[in-house]
Amino acid sequence: MNALTSMMLLPLLGSLLVAVIPSDQVLRIKQAALGTTVLVAISGVMAWFKFDSENTSFQFVQIAQWIPSFGINYAVGVDGLALVLILMSVLLAPIVVLAGWNESEGGRWSAKVFYILILVLETMMIGVFAATDVFLFYVFFEAMLIPVYFLIGGYGSGERAAAAVKFLLYSLFGGLLMLASIIGLYVISGTHGGHTFDIGQLSEMHKYMSSTTQNLLFLGFFIAFAIKAPVWPLHTWLPDAAASATPGTSVLLLGVLDKVGTFGMIRFCLALFPDASKTFTPVIMVLAVISILYGAFLAIGARDIKRLIAYTSISHFGFITMGIFAMTTQGHSGATLYMFNHGFSTAALFLVAGWMISRRGSSTIADFGGLQRVTPVMAWSFFIAGMSSLALPGLSSFVSEFLVLVGTYTRYPVAAIIATFGIVLAALYILIPVQKALHGPTTPGNENLRDLNLREKIAIGPVIAVIIALGFYPAPLLNVINPASAHVLEVQGFTDPVPSESAGK
Amino acid sequence: MSFTAPVLNYAQLAPMLIILGGAIIGVLIEAFAPRASRHTSQLFITVASLVTSFAALMQVRTQSSADAAMGSVAFDGAGVLLQASILIIALLSVFLIADQENFTAMPAAVPGSHEERESLQLDLRVTEVYPLTLFAVAGMLLFPVSTDLITLFVALEVLSLPLYLMAGLSRRRRLMSQESALKYFLLGAFSSAFFLFGAAYLYGYSGSITFTGIQASVVGGSGNDVFLLLGIAFISVGLLFKVGAVPFHAWSPDVYQGAPTAITGFMAAATKVAAFGAILRIFYVAFANAEWQWKPALVLIAIITMVFGSVVAITQRDVKRMLAYSSIAHAGFLLAGVIALSKSGLDATIFYLFAYGIATVGAFGVVTLVRDSSGEVTDLNRWSGLGKRSPLVASVFAFFLLAFAGIPLTSGFIGKFSIFSSAYESGSTWILISGVLSSAIAAFFYIRVIVLMFFKDPVEDGTSVVIPSALTTITIAVSTAITVILGVFPAPLINFIESTAFFIR
Repeated sequence: MNALTSMMLLPLLGSLLVAVIPSDQVLRIKQAALGTTVLVAISGVMAWFKFDSENTSFQFVQIAQWIPSFGINYAVGVDGLALVLILMSVLLAPIVVLAGWNESEGGRWSAKVFYILILVLETMMIGVFAATDVFLFYVFFEAMLIPVYFLIGGYGSGERAAAAVKFLLYSLFGGLLMLASIIGLYVISGTHGGHTFDIGQLSEMHKYMSSTTQNLLFLGFFIAFAIKAPVWPLHTWLPDAAASATPGTSVLLLGVLDKVGTFGMIRFCLALFPDASKTFTPVIMVLAVISILYGAFLAIGARDIKRLIAYTSISHFGFITMGIFAMTTQGHSGATLYMFNHGFSTAALFLVAGWMISRRGSSTIADFGGLQRVTPVMAWSFFIAGMSSLALPGLSSFVSEFLVLVGTYTRYPVAAIIATFGIVLAALYILIPVQKALHGPTTPGNENLRDLNLREKIAIGPVIAVIIALGFYPAPLLNVINPASAHVLEVQGFTDPVPSESAGK
Repeated sequence: MSFTAPVLNYAQLAPMLIILGGAIIGVLIEAFAPRASRHTSQLFITVASLVTSFAALMQVRTQSSADAAMGSVAFDGAGVLLQASILIIALLSVFLIADQENFTAMPAAVPGSHEERESLQLDLRVTEVYPLTLFAVAGMLLFPVSTDLITLFVALEVLSLPLYLMAGLSRRRRLMSQESALKYFLLGAFSSAFFLFGAAYLYGYSGSITFTGIQASVVGGSGNDVFLLLGIAFISVGLLFKVGAVPFHAWSPDVYQGAPTAITGFMAAATKVAAFGAILRIFYVAFANAEWQWKPALVLIAIITMVFGSVVAITQRDVKRMLAYSSIAHAGFLLAGVIALSKSGLDATIFYLFAYGIATVGAFGVVTLVRDSSGEVTDLNRWSGLGKRSPLVASVFAFFLLAFAGIPLTSGFIGKFSIFSSAYESGSTWILISGVLSSAIAAFFYIRVIVLMFFKDPVEDGTSVVIPSALTTITIAVSTAITVILGVFPAPLINFIESTAFFIR
């Protein structure tokens, strides 16, 4: 069976398995969920090794008719970009299950429902990156909102229902705009070679569009992805959702779901509407730079630790968006690598923060103090995750942030220079909470916190290992990403700018 | 002058004749059978007529004839599809009607009177509703296949009069129910008058009452265009009233709320199929060549209808009123298919009608289950926490709401996609844009109900979900199954509609 299809089927089968286990056998349910996600992760890694990185066309392709009268196919396949993101998703899933072993307990519903939602979500996460049919992509894009909605609203904390609704409404609004654009594409394809949703054929359609049409259709896609990513000023749902969701859900939300937005910008905005992408690039660059700085400033001012992480993500997504729309190979490779790294460093931050919060019973940064003396392993894990988030050289994020800035500078030097201030601010927003919460004397209320137990260490270990390993040796990922990035740009006729210095001499 | 006997194609008329025969048997049972046996025999006769009629329809499904009854009735693919939809929806609704809890014991008794108390003590059951349903179904079957204005008017009255009565049969809040029936009757009578007025103008314009005759005059262009315009306008008022399009919608919230819920479901689903069937035929056959006379007005009405229905639904506090406004919004979406005036528009509208009708019956079926000691509870505030009390019922209702909202993997999404794409294909960009925006608004109130059911705590006021009767269970289960299947594997039905749906001229 096709590697991607079987990867999508596995979690579904797992969710059926969970569904038939009686609700009171919570441990069995958790074991089943963990077992399934580990199996999916293994098959993801196997697909990684089978993937031929020199071949820039889609691999593991499977196409089957779904609704032939509309030209809709079940079509999956991956290039380097999609593969990296799928690998990230399937690796994060078992970590989230293991790290959030007791997350389902504070919920409205049973643990069973929680794990069914997680597993169904995993299927859709793989599907959304693997789809090469625009309609199929849209189906996953929209359908995955429903499990996340119930995960936030049912198992989160605080104003969880309101946050879930805000998340869903924002996303549905963007999704519907995208639906309008998809219908537009569909109709145009009907008059030029027959109705189709194949991404390859649709990427020829821009030749038949007037520039107004192309701009409008581009905006439909871009706004949907900018809400998802999220780019300022469409970000306001994210802090609420991330602060209310359980840490595990937040990891999936920020680490994986939001990547659909940036992934979509590359796969759909650039590939389907190259001219409109060029037209809007100046605006998007400005928005990206604002996101970087705005997210960083809010993060500095944040009092709540989960909100802080959410704001840092807005800043990081600004970098990713900037790298994508710089339209240089380095920018693209950097952005893709950034997506992968951000997944892991945010996962580390959220998971450790979640443990800190559940132990202390508060998510306010000021309530913590001197954790390093009481819970050294937890404190060090948070420290490394934080360092990765501020892109310390030697940790994985540094490589990607550097690539993005270099790639942007060759074309948009001003944007790149302003964005560099984001790095300075990053040092502030990470070091201030690190200093307050981890260092200094142990403040009252923190004396008796337990350090990480074995399960938690097993969960956080691989994440930190990935962060450090990729910091020193990013080549395995870049070898897959680079050809794919070059291919994306080449197909649509974008070229790297010639270095200006040699031209001047 | 000699009298020619009418030539009738009995095989093609059989579905309608069987229903009428069943209705007459039902009347005889009311007159002669002992009270105790009426309910069982009536139910049997009704179900048997519907099933036999469906079988008879399937026998002749491949036939087509413009002249099934002296040029007054056509029999063609579109007609078969619409009649089959009406019969399936009617059968599912009858199962809901069979749950007699919702009907008054003696409709003729004045509310609060001695007779009423007596009839309640005797535990009488109203069984007239069955023959009334069959008469209405007969009218609905005739409505979309009529090809002259007189037959169309007769069908309109045959379907409407029983519905006026049925709306007044509610067991609780009888005054409100009777008020709604009277309102429906008075406004319906008004709209019938408009319809007749329009028919007269069209006769004056073309000298013919048949659709083909009118079409010939439009093509010939010899008539007075003012008469044509007035005729189309007044006929449209009569037809748009039945589907509840703005500004002819005022009756629908009150009637939806006042009528017994099972009747509301039947009315909302089946009437809509029949009325849109008639609208499709008259606009596609008789007025197709006068596109410029009616299209701008209809586009405007469609846009106002979708936006108004979606916006006003937000403020509703009663589940039946909310569904009424939602059905107004859906009428707007359906008009988009009429405006498309193309084969794909016809296919999309028929698919949408069937998908929407089934989901509507299912949703109202769920509404009948939520009760307290004095009957159904339709106040949305008292639905809060329903997900905790009975997760299954709440999940099914949530699923229907998601289908109404057009979330992927439900029938509603496929319907929405196909109808909007056909509208855009025929050049109605504004329909597409306002359709997408009002879908976004509509999503808000559907989701609000889901929030209420799942994320709010139950109020302790005796609201509970009754265990559904076997027949109600069948209706809800079948509707759910069809809504899922049409969302995931719509291809067989779409292909069938595509190959079958056409209007004979």
